[in-house]
Amino acid sequence: MADTLTTSRGLDVPRKRIDFAAAFHRYGTFVIFVIILVLASYQSADFFTERNITNVLRQTSGVGIMSVGMLFVILTRGIDLSVGSVSALGSVLVAYYIQQYAPEASIGLVLLAGAACGLVAGVTVAYLRLPAFVMTLAVMTMARGFAFIISKGQPIMAGDNGQVLMTFANGYHFGVPDPVILMLVVFAVAGIVLNFTKFGRLVKAIGSNEEAVRLSGVAVPRYVLAVYVISGALAALSGVIATGRTGVGAPTVSTGAELQVIAAVVIGGASLMGGRGGVFNTLLGALILGVIANIMNLANVPGYSQQVFMGVIIMVAVLVQQGTQGFRFGR
Amino acid sequence: MRGNAGPEFPSSVTASPRHLLPFAREKGFPSVLAIPMPDLVAMTGIQKRFGGLAALKGVDFSLRAGEVHALLGENGAGKSTMMGVLSGKLAPDGGTIMFADKPVRFGSPRDAIDVGIEMIHQEMALAPDLSVAENIFLGSLPPMISWFALRRKARVLIERLGFAIDPAARVGDLTVAHQQVVEIAKALSRDAKVIIFDEPTAVLAARDAEQLLRIIRELSASGVGVVYISHRLDEVLRISDRMTVMKDGGFVGTVTPKDTGVNDLIRMMVGRPLSALYGTRIAHDLGAEVLRVEHLSAGLRVKDVSFTLRAGEILGLGGLVGSGRTEVARLIFGADKRDAGRILLNGKEAALRHPGQAVKAGIGLVPEDRKRQGVVLDMSIRVNTTMARMAPVTSGGFIRWAKERATVMKLAESLRLKMAGPEAPASSLSGGNQQKVVLAKWLHVDGPVMILDEPTRGVDVGAKAEIYTIIHRLAAEGRAVIVISSEHQELFALCDRVLVMGEGRLRGELTPDLYSEENLLSLAIGGKPAPSDKAQEATVH
Repeated sequence: MADTLTTSRGLDVPRKRIDFAAAFHRYGTFVIFVIILVLASYQSADFFTERNITNVLRQTSGVGIMSVGMLFVILTRGIDLSVGSVSALGSVLVAYYIQQYAPEASIGLVLLAGAACGLVAGVTVAYLRLPAFVMTLAVMTMARGFAFIISKGQPIMAGDNGQVLMTFANGYHFGVPDPVILMLVVFAVAGIVLNFTKFGRLVKAIGSNEEAVRLSGVAVPRYVLAVYVISGALAALSGVIATGRTGVGAPTVSTGAELQVIAAVVIGGASLMGGRGGVFNTLLGALILGVIANIMNLANVPGYSQQVFMGVIIMVAVLVQQGTQGFRFGR
Repeated sequence: MRGNAGPEFPSSVTASPRHLLPFAREKGFPSVLAIPMPDLVAMTGIQKRFGGLAALKGVDFSLRAGEVHALLGENGAGKSTMMGVLSGKLAPDGGTIMFADKPVRFGSPRDAIDVGIEMIHQEMALAPDLSVAENIFLGSLPPMISWFALRRKARVLIERLGFAIDPAARVGDLTVAHQQVVEIAKALSRDAKVIIFDEPTAVLAARDAEQLLRIIRELSASGVGVVYISHRLDEVLRISDRMTVMKDGGFVGTVTPKDTGVNDLIRMMVGRPLSALYGTRIAHDLGAEVLRVEHLSAGLRVKDVSFTLRAGEILGLGGLVGSGRTEVARLIFGADKRDAGRILLNGKEAALRHPGQAVKAGIGLVPEDRKRQGVVLDMSIRVNTTMARMAPVTSGGFIRWAKERATVMKLAESLRLKMAGPEAPASSLSGGNQQKVVLAKWLHVDGPVMILDEPTRGVDVGAKAEIYTIIHRLAAEGRAVIVISSEHQELFALCDRVLVMGEGRLRGELTPDLYSEENLLSLAIGGKPAPSDKAQEATVH
């Protein structure tokens, strides 16, 4: 629609009119976030307590970190269904490695393993041009399988060496939980990469029009591969945090997390058609999910009902956020 | 008939189109048709505003049954808006529409289709994965489909148009020309009384365009009123009964081909004479050989193509669409894989297996499909301009905003890019200015070879002239330029020589003394041997 309007106007000057749809697209997530916070404070007096807020933030950190990787993938018009499983693999692997190696080495190895999962998905998607949905689905199955193989189906105790992880995952700096600080750092770095570097710009451009970018001489597959590697590594990192929280590496960690992560990115206004999305809004998207889960817990909504509510709320949030393109009347 | 009826038209066109109004309106003059027919469609005083901008300022337009009425004007003149109103896509803010002497109001395209007004779009609205028959009857499929009956009915419609297209074929597998036939058959299946063609021949090669024009004439002979929007003025003059020119959302005049020439039309559209549409060659000498292509082959699309190109030379690649012109360009640019052949740059063999290598070697490609291949529509002019060569505007991977902005502003200025600012998205620009963004991208790369594939397709007359000037400048600055075009006059006006392709092969070469549509077409179709064998080197006039 915008296009036909443009061509039928006499000048090449965009209209000087506040574009409500665009404004809402930019600030919609923020508006939803504020509304949810207000609702939360009405719902329960316990919500705006330091303890609860800290809790919400900490619970969001895993999904939040994964959603950064997912944002990059979705910006290139891809999807990564493997993040939950890779996170579980990370959780199991770090508990396994840390009994033999130094914590730094263990974490490094785990991040490499996550990156390797991303590499497998990325090569098939970027170079062999296979559909991301199916390829990451395959990696999802494999990663979860490896997590079970390594742990023999049982949770792995991180042991005494794992104490470092627990100290980190349950520690605080300036009154903020360390995993939350880590999440914010990841978001900050991603924000810088996305907005101020060549890499970030080309990732967005590839999602908007891959062919035009390729015909500008850009080695598109390299960038596409990179986003899956980033997503894999960040998923593994979230697994490390999960292990740190409990001191146990479990192959069942983050089951179904990929859907929450995708929901966070989409509530954050990113387009599954690529090219559109931002870091700050993705953070808000992750927080919105965290707050909703928290409200339902505070309101003692039963677990199964929570799933239904969560689905409905995701739908409504996305409708509000992205459904501004007008209603289609069929006939 | 009109010539003696008022002031001489061409000279009377001055700054204000208002001058034309008294005499140019059709009313009060004898009809062009032998028997005066009542208007099938009469639009009067149509107004439309988009935000603060008046896109239509009270425009009149009428159409009789059985007439071809062309609607002309530069991009942005309001033609598409006007037809959007007629086809129910846009609701007018003022004015009336009469259809068969009854006032009508269209709330949606469906309402317009119901009374028999159909629009054939520039970008076709077909489902590529469905069959021809399914596409034709898409809006009116019965709940239970009898494939046999459907295909038979489709075949009848297609044959009425003088074509033999398999109704079971997948639309995506058809040529663009045949797809257009399917669109027209679709309109006919719904018993169209008015068919609006929005630049139907822009994507067609000369022969296909010819066929389409024939269909349009037959449609009008059978009583359908045809509105015809096109930038190809020679075509318009040949096919139309009447021509209405719009400019800046206003009505300039309605004229007949009998007493109007191409130059008059251009003057009406642009408001100033454009005697030198194609620009003039800037005198310069040709330099050394820059590009040498030897025995280039790729599947069935390109077979054993060899040629050379010198610095400062403009080489044309002509032929019909599908003759392998675009494929040759893409092979040189590394966008597709070649099976055999060598490409030498400055005497040294160049790898060119992917576009990255070509860009590094200094080859630029302005691709044929601007919106899909040329620009990233959602992104800013600034981002689009520097995309092919970011090194000068980045350090350590970080973008240096001030430097990038300055670079873009400088290029925009030198190309006379009309934009709100470098941050405006490419989608906010007209076709001509989008093309300038693509040109700016390659000027920023600043390589020795530039390949332009249909550089003026869908671009209005004013921007066309500017692009021609830019192309002349590229050559004068010592670049080696290849121009691919389906507009033969464009090739003849721009190029030092023209290579003609047909069925993937180089069929011959035309030097300026041999430039003519006939020569080019006979080479392209391959009926005759090349009329000139002597010309291996460029002959410059």
